[in-house]
Amino acid sequence: MADATPAPIMAQSAPLVVQAPPVELERQPLVANGHGIGWLSDTIAGVAEGRPQFWWKLCFAISATMMTVCFLCILYLMSTGVGVWGLGHPVMWGYAIVNFVWWIGIGHAGTLISAILFLLRQKWRTSINRAAEAMTIFAVMCAGIFPLIHIGRIWLGYWLFPIPNANGIWPQFRSPLMWDVFAVSTYFTVSVLFWYMGLIPDLAVMRDRATTKGRKFGYGLFALGWTGSNRHWSNYEKAYLILAGLSTPLVLSVHSIVSLDFSVSQLPGWHTTIFPPYFVAGAVYSGFGMVLTLLVPLRRMLKLEEIITVRHVELMCKVTLLTGSIVGYAYLMEFFIAWYGGNPYEKYLFLHNRLADPYILGPLYGIKPAPYWWAQWMMLICNVLVPQLFWFKKVRTSMIVVFILSILVNVGMWFERFVIVVVSLHRDFLPSNWSYYSPTWVDILQYLGTFGLFFTFFLLFLRYVPLIAIAEVKGVTPQADPHHPLGGAKIGGHHS
Amino acid sequence: MNGRPYAILAEFETPAAILHAADKVRGEGFRNWDVFTPFPIHGMDRAMGIKNSKVGWFSFIGGVTGYATGMLMIWFMNTVDYPIVIGGKPMFSPFSAFPPSYELTILFGAFGALLGMLFLNRLPRLHHPLLKNARFKLASHDRFYVVIETNDPKYAEPATRKLLESLGSKHVEFVEE
Repeated sequence: MADATPAPIMAQSAPLVVQAPPVELERQPLVANGHGIGWLSDTIAGVAEGRPQFWWKLCFAISATMMTVCFLCILYLMSTGVGVWGLGHPVMWGYAIVNFVWWIGIGHAGTLISAILFLLRQKWRTSINRAAEAMTIFAVMCAGIFPLIHIGRIWLGYWLFPIPNANGIWPQFRSPLMWDVFAVSTYFTVSVLFWYMGLIPDLAVMRDRATTKGRKFGYGLFALGWTGSNRHWSNYEKAYLILAGLSTPLVLSVHSIVSLDFSVSQLPGWHTTIFPPYFVAGAVYSGFGMVLTLLVPLRRMLKLEEIITVRHVELMCKVTLLTGSIVGYAYLMEFFIAWYGGNPYEKYLFLHNRLADPYILGPLYGIKPAPYWWAQWMMLICNVLVPQLFWFKKVRTSMIVVFILSILVNVGMWFERFVIVVVSLHRDFLPSNWSYYSPTWVDILQYLGTFGLFFTFFLLFLRYVPLIAIAEVKGVTPQADPHHPLGGAKIGGHHS
Repeated sequence: MNGRPYAILAEFETPAAILHAADKVRGEGFRNWDVFTPFPIHGMDRAMGIKNSKVGWFSFIGGVTGYATGMLMIWFMNTVDYPIVIGGKPMFSPFSAFPPSYELTILFGAFGALLGMLFLNRLPRLHHPLLKNARFKLASHDRFYVVIETNDPKYAEPATRKLLESLGSKHVEFVEE
């Protein structure tokens, strides 16, 4: 009998002794110093309570002024006409489209963090997803301004949407520009829905902590009567999963469709099949740059270093490195195809208008460089060389270096869009058409003004809403795990 | 108003304790009861015997509606109501109509998920007896609660309180209607 069925292992031999893993393999906790769930509420909600600090007031004053400049520029444009911009033949798309693509690309990191990293069960996302999603929403707002105002007659902007109008005519859906309208407006709406749904439990936290009547009412209204019922959590978690599942194909489609605005046309430099994945990788790369630019100083100023730890910053740097390398590969592929594809216009564009510089490659090949050679080199240095520095742990863990590099990432990505839009347009097929584009003061103030819009909203977000998803960070602490000793499990449970 | 309290509330301090308590309360056969936690606790749905959420159906119906809306709208506008020839292309092609329809699938699906979740949870709800309870404010902070409504058929005056105390709750109180 005993021979027929093997006895349990425990009965046969002495208890197994499992060696503790070596120290270097031990993962750093997501919330440092073993802080509990009550501490998390107090710390995160505390940021949105109390009086604003001096730096907040100063930043808000500057941002609000710049936002006013943004609206004044729009007013000037509307009242005078698109001639106030530097556009002309053949560069019909200038700053407006560069800035549109740049801002909307920045938004992509927020959705990647909130949706894709959720599906991949990256628990570290919980410390940064709220702020990153807010960044997405405000960046898409800034982006949305540009296509609207660049159409010339802004008051006819509603023609972009399938709304019955007096002419009885409908939008033309065979154009990628029309697809873009749907992609961007869906992206904005779904980002807001996802962000708001994530906020509901945290607004309940704010409501339950509120001391004044106004705050009780405001947070109470937007918390929708959330109680934390587990029957509610069950539906909530399912809806969260579905929204993450829907946002993932959405975010991949948005910048793909933006890239189709270019690649569906016949212009050398635009007519490229690699554009959709290349744009998505670039978008995530620039978005992570912006997340780092925002969170590296904020974690220090708001004393959140124990929740947004150095490990979080390092992980973001690694995503930047990965997506930056994909962007570098895409550049390489563009140059390769320009040479290998044998199209003389494309080859000319890439060699003469982009790569040739007045100091090394130009003289070497006897090429007189195009006037925008510096834009291409800004983009190559910032987007190909800069992210490679993130291979080094010393770089990733030095906050000041990460901050500077994160700004260079977005400088580089702005120049990438400038190269794609302006450099491709300024020298097209006929040399007699060639010209030089330079922005006017309205172009430049309009661009700076959108920073005002972005930071005004972001600063208000910091003041009124928990900037870290309280309920979600609580859920990834060991104190929240019912099978962990810190979560109350008896010693001898399977995690002990 | 018969003066009867709305429910009995028991406070627990750790996720393990509330999970254990929920398992026992469910085993006792209560129906009108719930668990309140600051964050979703892994394994709680199973302990409470909650079935898979139906939110997916709302999202699915939303998505199908979105896709159909996109395709039909584009076909109607560019083929039936005001045909325009563009570069000799067909008046309607599912390929060029796909990107906007795809976006509308996601848009309506997302609305389905959020509104379906709110509908299933009967939210927004501007008043709830628990939200008037001072102690219950900790449910969004760091405490965990089992709440059994007094209209539950299994509810009995001293026995239910004794049960909750025996499960390790150090604070049991009644919640006023």
